[in-house]
Amino acid sequence: MIAEILISIGTFFLLVGAIGLIRLPDMFTRMHAATKCTTLGAACTLLGVAWLMGGSVAVKAVLIIVFVVLGNPTSAHAIARAAYRTGTRMKIGSYDAFKEEFE
Amino acid sequence: MIELSFLPTVVTIITIAFLLSFFRIIKGPTAGDRFIALDAATTITTALLALLGVMYERMWLIDVAIIYALLSFIAIIAIARYLEGGL
Repeated sequence: MIAEILISIGTFFLLVGAIGLIRLPDMFTRMHAATKCTTLGAACTLLGVAWLMGGSVAVKAVLIIVFVVLGNPTSAHAIARAAYRTGTRMKIGSYDAFKEEFE
Repeated sequence: MIELSFLPTVVTIITIAFLLSFFRIIKGPTAGDRFIALDAATTITTALLALLGVMYERMWLIDVAIIYALLSFIAIIAIARYLEGGL
């Protein structure tokens, strides 16, 4: 029962992240949707798989959760910095806090 | 021992999410859009591999998911360094 609830919550967040990746207007807002939603969705889904199977599969699933939770914000930060330095800017909003630092 | 009734629906929904992010990889206007969509697609695929392993009772698929998560992290870091011009 708990495993079904966890896998359903994870699936919902994965689908919401993908819809946000389609619908939002801008690269940084798309990253805001995609990175956080897919991290939480994959963590919930793998936790549900660990609860469902148990044993050595649970250990491996928790190891994947650690990799995803550590690695996904790091790669998103690297892509955001690279995209800002190559000239991508936000479309909505006019305040840019990094302009003095980079120019 | 595992109730398989709801797993095909869940796998179908996650596959639809993967195809939506793949649409952004094809269509995205800048390079950053494509790489963000690629990052989301690899994370979705990690969860999908674990669920497919439970659904078909092939437990070696979760080992594939471990290697997939590590390789996608290294690939995204390398792509970001390349995009920045420092590779």
